[in-house]
Amino acid sequence: MAYSEKVIDHYQNPKNVGTLDKSSKNVGTGLVGAPECGDVMRLQIEVNNETGMITDAKFKTFGCGSAIASSSLATEWLKGKSVDEALKIDNMTIVEELNLPPVKIHCSVLAEDAIKAAINDYREKNGLEKIKFEESVIH
Amino acid sequence: MLKLPIYLDNNATTPMDPRVLEAMTPYFLQNFGNAASRNHPFGWAAEEAVDYSREQVAKLIGADPKEIIFTSGATEADNLGIKGVFEMYASKGNHIITATTEHKAVLDTCKHIEKSGGEVTYLNVQPDGLIDLAELEAAIKPTTILISIMYANNEIGTVMPIKEISSIARKHGVLVFTDATQAVGKIPVNVNKDGIDLMAFTAHKMYGPKGVGALYVRRKNPRVKVTAQMDGGGHERGMRSGTLNVPGIVGFGKACELCMLEMETDSKRVSALRDKLENALLTLEEAYVNGNRQYRLPHVANISFKHVEGEGLLMGFNKNIALSSGSACTSASLEPSYVLKALGLGDDLAHSSLRFGLSRFTTEEEIDYTIKAISDTVLKLREMSPLWEMYKEGIDLNSIQWAAH
Repeated sequence: MAYSEKVIDHYQNPKNVGTLDKSSKNVGTGLVGAPECGDVMRLQIEVNNETGMITDAKFKTFGCGSAIASSSLATEWLKGKSVDEALKIDNMTIVEELNLPPVKIHCSVLAEDAIKAAINDYREKNGLEKIKFEESVIH
Repeated sequence: MLKLPIYLDNNATTPMDPRVLEAMTPYFLQNFGNAASRNHPFGWAAEEAVDYSREQVAKLIGADPKEIIFTSGATEADNLGIKGVFEMYASKGNHIITATTEHKAVLDTCKHIEKSGGEVTYLNVQPDGLIDLAELEAAIKPTTILISIMYANNEIGTVMPIKEISSIARKHGVLVFTDATQAVGKIPVNVNKDGIDLMAFTAHKMYGPKGVGALYVRRKNPRVKVTAQMDGGGHERGMRSGTLNVPGIVGFGKACELCMLEMETDSKRVSALRDKLENALLTLEEAYVNGNRQYRLPHVANISFKHVEGEGLLMGFNKNIALSSGSACTSASLEPSYVLKALGLGDDLAHSSLRFGLSRFTTEEEIDYTIKAISDTVLKLREMSPLWEMYKEGIDLNSIQWAAH
């Protein structure tokens, strides 16, 4: 199976690989997937408490090229967005942007889940109620 | 001069040896006859060529030419051997013993047999990929008619103790079938010394053409028969109908002849390259060889790089190096290699594996390039891997509640 150029580009030059201080109150961490499934994504956001804007985003991913590209793209999109806007990122936009084939849609779902998990972690740390998300459809 | 891409997926298929192609060419154009045409020179030439190839093939495995049934490949030979025995010996019993690490062509054939009223025992393998001989013997019952254990595994290269297996089988009057697809042409295989009754193998794993293989069927001590699985003109002594693939068979014969002549020198050279590759990659942290390292094909290595996902790893160099991985990220099930799982590897290590298959044509320069490309990619992806970071921080990954996904 051939990868799209965008996937290859993110794989070769991943954006925002790294680690934020997960003990910091304004950092939210989402760790999703499982080693047995061959995909684990950790996505972190740093939020300005006053403006509610995401000032930084980092990821580390264990997985195939599409999983790496999905998380790399997600961090790019997160930076500069408000938390509320970030919640609107839909996995299908990732699929479209990266031209993911059907067998790789789960990679985009994982990225969406990672975003939501990171936001909920941030909310919890800051005394806000966790948002209940519907189960992702494609798992 | 290093030429890219490099091919190291020779367990999937080998390139043809140019000498094989040369031998085949006349049988497409001038000598195109049907080997079953008994009444004219075109048929005679084709038949003569097939007879000669049959001798070349038989010689490589120490068989009599009459014991070779040409097929379309190893999958067909697996089907014919196993189903053929099951049907032919139905009055003796219905029980077959095989192992969980067999090729799908054997496992799925056994599944089919179970549906047709047969009983199959699937032996587990030990962590090094070998079966336990005591377990094998204990599995034999009065109804057992066949033991089907592969000669060498396609994913990890582990070579089974066929001689010991067949002596156990003999003791109990059970036939031995072996899928020797990966072994024939690479290591010495002798049906008499090894005590094999039926054996499947194919040309395209030993520098021959695709689409042609053979089933060896013993004619003496004991005389073995199989029920044909295809109806037709009664070719191949009634066991496999269908016009013979003359050019393919000629190529198969030539490939066998070359393996016979060059196996010893090839395997010395190739195993030295394999060892160089393996030892260099094992200097990386948390890299493990899968399968028994002693009882192993000379050209195969299967290595897991912990905390790096196999398909992601391949992507780092698959434009330049052709390899396969035990990860199955693209399959609908997301299930990693069942062979590696049968060794007791966790899914994470199974997902992290690469399979290397070297060949007669592999050069040292290619191996040096491969060592560097893989090492660089492993290091790069570990920098990107959350699992590697946790491992480095001393976090026990098993202690984490992973979200089911």
